[in-house]
Amino acid sequence: MSAPIIWIAIPFIAGILIFLISSERFSATAGGAISALLALIALFIPIDVALLLGTISIKISPAIQFFGRSFELNTADGFLLAIIYGLASLWFFGTEASGTQSRFVSLGLMIVALLTASIAVEPFLYAALLLEVAAMLVIPLLVPPYQKAGQGVVRFLTYQTLAMPFILFSGWMLTGVEASPSDLSTTLQAGVMLALGFTFLFAVFPLYNWIPMLMEETPPYATGFLLWALPTFTTIFALGFLDRYTWLRNSTQLMNAIQFAGLLMVASGGLFAALQRHLGRILAYAAIAQTGLILLIFSLQSNQMANLVFLTLIPRGLELAIWALALSILKREAYSLQFSDVQGLARKYPVATASLVFAHLSIAGFPLLAGFPSRLAIWQSLTTDLSILFWVFAGMFGLLIAAFRTLAVFVMTDESGWKINESWIQITMLTVGVSGLFILGLFPQILQPLLENIPALFEHLSQ
Amino acid sequence: MLPEIVSWIAVALILATTTAMLINTDWRVNLGALALQYLAMLWLVTRHLPFAMGSAKLITGWMVVAILGMTRLGLTNVENEEESFFPRGQAFRIALMGIVALVTAGAAPSIETAIPGLGLPIIAGGLLLIGGGIIHLGITTNLLRVILGLLTMLAGFEILYAAIESAILVTGLLAVVNLGLGIVGSYLLLAGSAPLESEEDL
Repeated sequence: MSAPIIWIAIPFIAGILIFLISSERFSATAGGAISALLALIALFIPIDVALLLGTISIKISPAIQFFGRSFELNTADGFLLAIIYGLASLWFFGTEASGTQSRFVSLGLMIVALLTASIAVEPFLYAALLLEVAAMLVIPLLVPPYQKAGQGVVRFLTYQTLAMPFILFSGWMLTGVEASPSDLSTTLQAGVMLALGFTFLFAVFPLYNWIPMLMEETPPYATGFLLWALPTFTTIFALGFLDRYTWLRNSTQLMNAIQFAGLLMVASGGLFAALQRHLGRILAYAAIAQTGLILLIFSLQSNQMANLVFLTLIPRGLELAIWALALSILKREAYSLQFSDVQGLARKYPVATASLVFAHLSIAGFPLLAGFPSRLAIWQSLTTDLSILFWVFAGMFGLLIAAFRTLAVFVMTDESGWKINESWIQITMLTVGVSGLFILGLFPQILQPLLENIPALFEHLSQ
Repeated sequence: MLPEIVSWIAVALILATTTAMLINTDWRVNLGALALQYLAMLWLVTRHLPFAMGSAKLITGWMVVAILGMTRLGLTNVENEEESFFPRGQAFRIALMGIVALVTAGAAPSIETAIPGLGLPIIAGGLLLIGGGIIHLGITTNLLRVILGLLTMLAGFEILYAAIESAILVTGLLAVVNLGLGIVGSYLLLAGSAPLESEEDL
C-alpha cells in the first residue's frame, strides 16, 4: 500500500462514511481512533523501508500518481504525519465533550486528509488549491444550518479564495526566477505575488479581522480547529517555499518584511487581546499573536528555524484544543462569552475555567507550561535586537493581562460554595490536555525524537 | 484572423456582462450574465487549452449558476438587497468598471511584452474579470453578490492561468474550487432560512 492512500485516501473516505452516521458518540470515537491509529502507523512504520514481520515483508511505498501528477510522502514525512494525526485525534476525541455537532469529525477528517494532500502534492505549489478546497469544507462546520451566516465567515472565504491565485501565479514566476536569477524585475514580481498570497493565508495585519469576528459568530470548537489546522499547514507550505528557493531565504528585504509583519501581529494581537471583553475574541487575538511569532521565526535566518517553528506549532495544537473545548463548555452554560455573562463561572465550572486559563497562560509563554520553551528559544534568538524583543514582550504581556482579566472575571461572584458541573468526559479530556501542557513545559525534551527528523524534511533550512 | 476577432468579441462580452453584474440588483440578470461570462471564458481558455478541458470549465460554471439560481429561487424571505454602501449609484459603479477597463488597456500590452505568446485578448479578458470581481467584492456585503464576485475573479484568473499551466489536475482542482464556491454559497444562502426540522421540533 502507498503512503498517500493510507494518510490521504483512507481518512477522507472514513470521513465520508462517518458523515453517514449521525451518532455523536460513535463519530467522535471512530474519528479519534482512526486518527490515533494513523499517527501510530506514521510513528512506528517508516515509509519506503521494508519491514520483516516473521515471513511477511511490509513496505509502504511513498508515491502515487493521480491525473498525471504525483502525491509523495517520504520517510522524513513520517514524524510530520504523526504530529498532525496525533493532534487531530485530540480534537476528534474532544468533540463529544464539546457538544459540537457530529459532522465535525467527518468534515474534520476530510479537511485533515486534504491538508495532508497539500504537503504531498508535486509540484508543491498546487497545495494552494488543496488549501482552498479545505477552507471551503470548513464552512459547514462554522455555520450550522439553523444559523445565519455572519460577515466573519464571508470574509474568511473571500480572503482564502484571494490567496490561491497569488500563490499559483507566484509559483509559476518562481520557476522563471530559478531559470534566470539575475532578472531583478521577475524576482520582485514573484516576491510580491508570494507575499500577497501568504498575507491572505496567514491573515497578516490588517487582514486578520475575520478571526475575531468568527470567534463571536461561530461555535468556538469548530473555529478553534480551523485556527489550528489551516495556519499549521500554511506554515509547512511556507517552509517548503523557503526550503526550495535559496533567493527567498537570502533576500534581506523579504525577511525584513516578514519580520515586520510578524512583529505587528504579535504586538497588535497581544494589545487587542488585553482590551477585549469577549472570551472568544481573546482566543482569536492570542492565535493571531502566535501566528505572528511563527512569522518572526521565519525571519530569523537561522539553521534552527524549522526546529523553532515546530517547537511552537506542536504545543499550539494542544493549547487551542483545550482553550476551544473549555470555551464550548462555558458557552453551553452562558450562551454568550461576554465578560458580563461568564462572571463567577469558576465556582460552577472549575475544571473548564482553570483549563482555559492554563491554555491562555501557555500561549502567553508562562513558565512551566508548554508554550514556554519555544518562547524562551525565540527570546534567545532575538537578543541581538532589543527593539524587536521589546515588541515581542509587549505582545506577550498583553496576552498575560488578558489572562489575568479572564481569571478575575471567572472568580468575580458573591456566591459561596463550589460545584463541578462538567461531565466526566469533559473533566477527563481537559485534565489530560492540561497535564500535556505541564509535561511539555517541564520536559520539552520529549519532543526531541520528533524534532530530530526535521533536517531531513527541510534539508536546506537546516544547513 | 477570425479567431482573433472572435476573441475580441469575447472580451467585449466579458466587459458587458461584468458591468451588467455590477449595476444590476436583480439576481436573475446577474446569474444570466455570469452564464454568458463562462461562455466568453470558454473561447478565451481554448486558445491555449484543448476544447475538452475548456468545455469542462464551461460546464462547471453553468452548474454553479444552476446551483445558485435554484437556491435563490427557493428562498422566500430574503432581506432587501439594497445596501447601505455609499455611493451606490449606477453611475459610480460604471465609473469603477471604466477605471478597470482603462487599467486593463494600459496593462495588457506590457504584460504581453513580459509574457510573450499569451495573447492580448486573453490578457484583457482575464484582467477585466479579475478587476470586475475585486470591485464586486469591494462594494457589497450581500452574500450572493460576494460569491458572484469571487467566481468572476476566479474566472479571470483561470483564463490567464490556462495560458501558462495545462495540467489536468489543476483544471480538475479549479473546477472543484468553482463548484465548491457555488455549493458553499448556496449553503450559506440557505443557512438560517430553513425552519428546524429535528425530531424534537416535530
